[in-house]
Amino acid sequence: MARPVQYNLSGETNAKLVKEGPEGLGGEGYFATSLDKVVGLARKNSIWPLPFATSCCGIEFMATMGAHYDLARFGSERVGFSPRQCDLLMVMGTIAKKMGPVLKQVYLQMAEPRWVLAMGACASSGGIFDSYSVLQGIDQIIPVDVYVPGCPPRPEAVIDGIIKIQELVANESLRRRNGERYKNLMDSYGIQ
Amino acid sequence: MSDHHINLPEGSIGKQTTTLNLGPTHPATHGVFQNVLELDGERIVSADSTIGYIHRAFEKIAERRPLYQITTLTDRLNYCSSPINNMGWHLTCEKLLGVKTPKRVDYLRIIIMELARISDHLICNSIVGVDAGAYTGFLYLMQYRELIYEIYEEVCGSRLTTNIGRIGGFERNFTPKAFEKLEKFLKEYPPVLREFNNMFKRNRIFMERTIGVGPISAERAKNYGFTGPNLRAAGVDYDVRVHNPYSSYEDMEFNVPVGSTGDCYDRFLVRDQEMWQSLSIIEQAYRKVQEFSGAESEVYHANIPEYYLPEKKDVYTKMEALIWHFKIIMGEIDIPPGEVYMSVEGGNGELGFYLISDGGRTPYRLHFRRPCFVYYQAYEELVKGSMLSDAIITMSSLNLIAGEMDC
Amino acid sequence: MSLSNDRIKERLAERFGEQVSNFAEPYGMLTFEAPKDQNLKVMQFLYEDEELKFRFLTDLQAVHYPHLQERELAVVYHLHNLEDNSRIRFKVFTSTATPDVFTATKLFAGANWMERETYDFYGVNFIGHPNLKRILNVDEMDYFPMRKEFPLEEQTRVDKDDEMFGR
Repeated sequence: MARPVQYNLSGETNAKLVKEGPEGLGGEGYFATSLDKVVGLARKNSIWPLPFATSCCGIEFMATMGAHYDLARFGSERVGFSPRQCDLLMVMGTIAKKMGPVLKQVYLQMAEPRWVLAMGACASSGGIFDSYSVLQGIDQIIPVDVYVPGCPPRPEAVIDGIIKIQELVANESLRRRNGERYKNLMDSYGIQ
Repeated sequence: MSDHHINLPEGSIGKQTTTLNLGPTHPATHGVFQNVLELDGERIVSADSTIGYIHRAFEKIAERRPLYQITTLTDRLNYCSSPINNMGWHLTCEKLLGVKTPKRVDYLRIIIMELARISDHLICNSIVGVDAGAYTGFLYLMQYRELIYEIYEEVCGSRLTTNIGRIGGFERNFTPKAFEKLEKFLKEYPPVLREFNNMFKRNRIFMERTIGVGPISAERAKNYGFTGPNLRAAGVDYDVRVHNPYSSYEDMEFNVPVGSTGDCYDRFLVRDQEMWQSLSIIEQAYRKVQEFSGAESEVYHANIPEYYLPEKKDVYTKMEALIWHFKIIMGEIDIPPGEVYMSVEGGNGELGFYLISDGGRTPYRLHFRRPCFVYYQAYEELVKGSMLSDAIITMSSLNLIAGEMDC
Repeated sequence: MSLSNDRIKERLAERFGEQVSNFAEPYGMLTFEAPKDQNLKVMQFLYEDEELKFRFLTDLQAVHYPHLQERELAVVYHLHNLEDNSRIRFKVFTSTATPDVFTATKLFAGANWMERETYDFYGVNFIGHPNLKRILNVDEMDYFPMRKEFPLEEQTRVDKDDEMFGR
């Protein structure tokens, strides 16, 4: 049965149209805020991930991208495999020492601004494989922004990680990548 | 480099082949292995494979762990169908220890293993579709993997790397909710699979892409050591469930689908038919489970106190249960010495476990006979002379799981 | 099963006499040992003979027994007769000083990578192998990790507290 139609004639509404809009001055037809907040808002809702899937976590990522736990509603509709076109490097699965240089190469090819999400226990810290051939965490070779623990993490946990990345993206200052601290971080990994 | 049978017309200038690196970072689906292809235009002249990009040293880790801690390692072999690996490992341990599992446990194991086989073949077939350009089939079928995951969650708590079961049975009885979910799956999955078949089986484009691509003869396949759907597509009817039955498979009636030319289309059809056969096996096993009544329907593990954790209420009240609990958790149970080889029919073929024990608390040597590792050697022979896009489809139709290859 | 373990044992004994030894049947699978220079002859006999048609190589791998002198590395072959459904296991022993064993690649194409894996982990040198180099580990590795004297963990790790890990 159709419910009776309601018209919003009074102009008063309880719902806020933009849920987490940035603070600023607004009025009829204009909104003034700082540039990095607008850029952050735009960037955070269109993060294009690069799924660097090596093992079991890759299958959970496929489940996250599927219709049940849809990652596309957070703006990640287009997963790309070309590092030049992607913002977020999602490292999913165990990285062995043989694979380390390949991962570093892919990270170097990404264009700034770039973020890294380490999904799963193996990417965060080596996981259950404490052996001679496994890199004990990808933060030994590239800087990581968000770690998602789990073996494999549930799709809800992956989405939680993506939301945290979104918060980082939204609040990032436009000058961060040119600053002294970031440069020191890159030097500590040997990245120019 | 320009030494490989390149047909040059009269009076041409010398020609070279192109080297293409089909590198370790594939588009998400397949896994990490590298192929350096020599291409003459679009035709492949040679393929040099490199694996080991996800070598995690399972065999060395297994020498450090007591028997039931190795189950978590076996999960991560063929992670698309990890219950089969777990059950295979438990069957190996039971063979070494001489444990006989009750029938109800066997039938429940069959249900779980066939569900895992369906989920493995499901991924493989839909990925072959994706690589041929048809993304929709993949999205439809992945939904039904969620239903299978829900069944695993009811039994063991986790979705993908299940660590399901224990030596001698299961960790808890299947709840009525689990059986409800199983019935839901059995009702909802066949129409979707039929729709998937309608989209792919007689689809002109798909047939043109896969017929005659990557063929292998039965003789060469046997020589290479192929097993599983890839061998059956070549015409050899070798199935470990029939030849060396385990876990009461001899009580089930099923057919083993066999192909003829061993090309990608045959592999697709064999896997598809195996999914239908698995559905029928699950129904038979489920009916047999429902026939148990009274005390027998509560049985979910064999009676081996040395390897199976006792009930918590017994641990708090009885002395023997407390001692066994302590010994099992601390890993102080000694495995009887011996060497055993046990194999199960995994999603990709014969998954074998060769276990040598010298009487200590951990195995002396554990070797996994991984089917993917054995048949990936034949990749160069399969793609030589075909085109680049055929190489991609061959790779995905072989169902290579990198975790299993590199162990 | 038309081919019984006793019949296989008889045929092997009549063909090779004293060279095949240590017959045992752990858990139903016939296991025996052959000297390392005879391994190809034994496999060829098992392959070509019309009664024992062991034409499928299931598995090839090695075991390290550091306490046996002169026989530390054992290369173990699992063969399968698909038609009569019988399995057999045979071992050849070699020492770590001269770990040379003849390759089985001419007989079974599938032995190629299995032998490379055995070389990678144990250092068994297969004579006649077309491409004997490391397969799973990094190419620069200079030791054979599965031998018992080498540890599991990476030794250069500084962030693990040995006291807490019980070592």
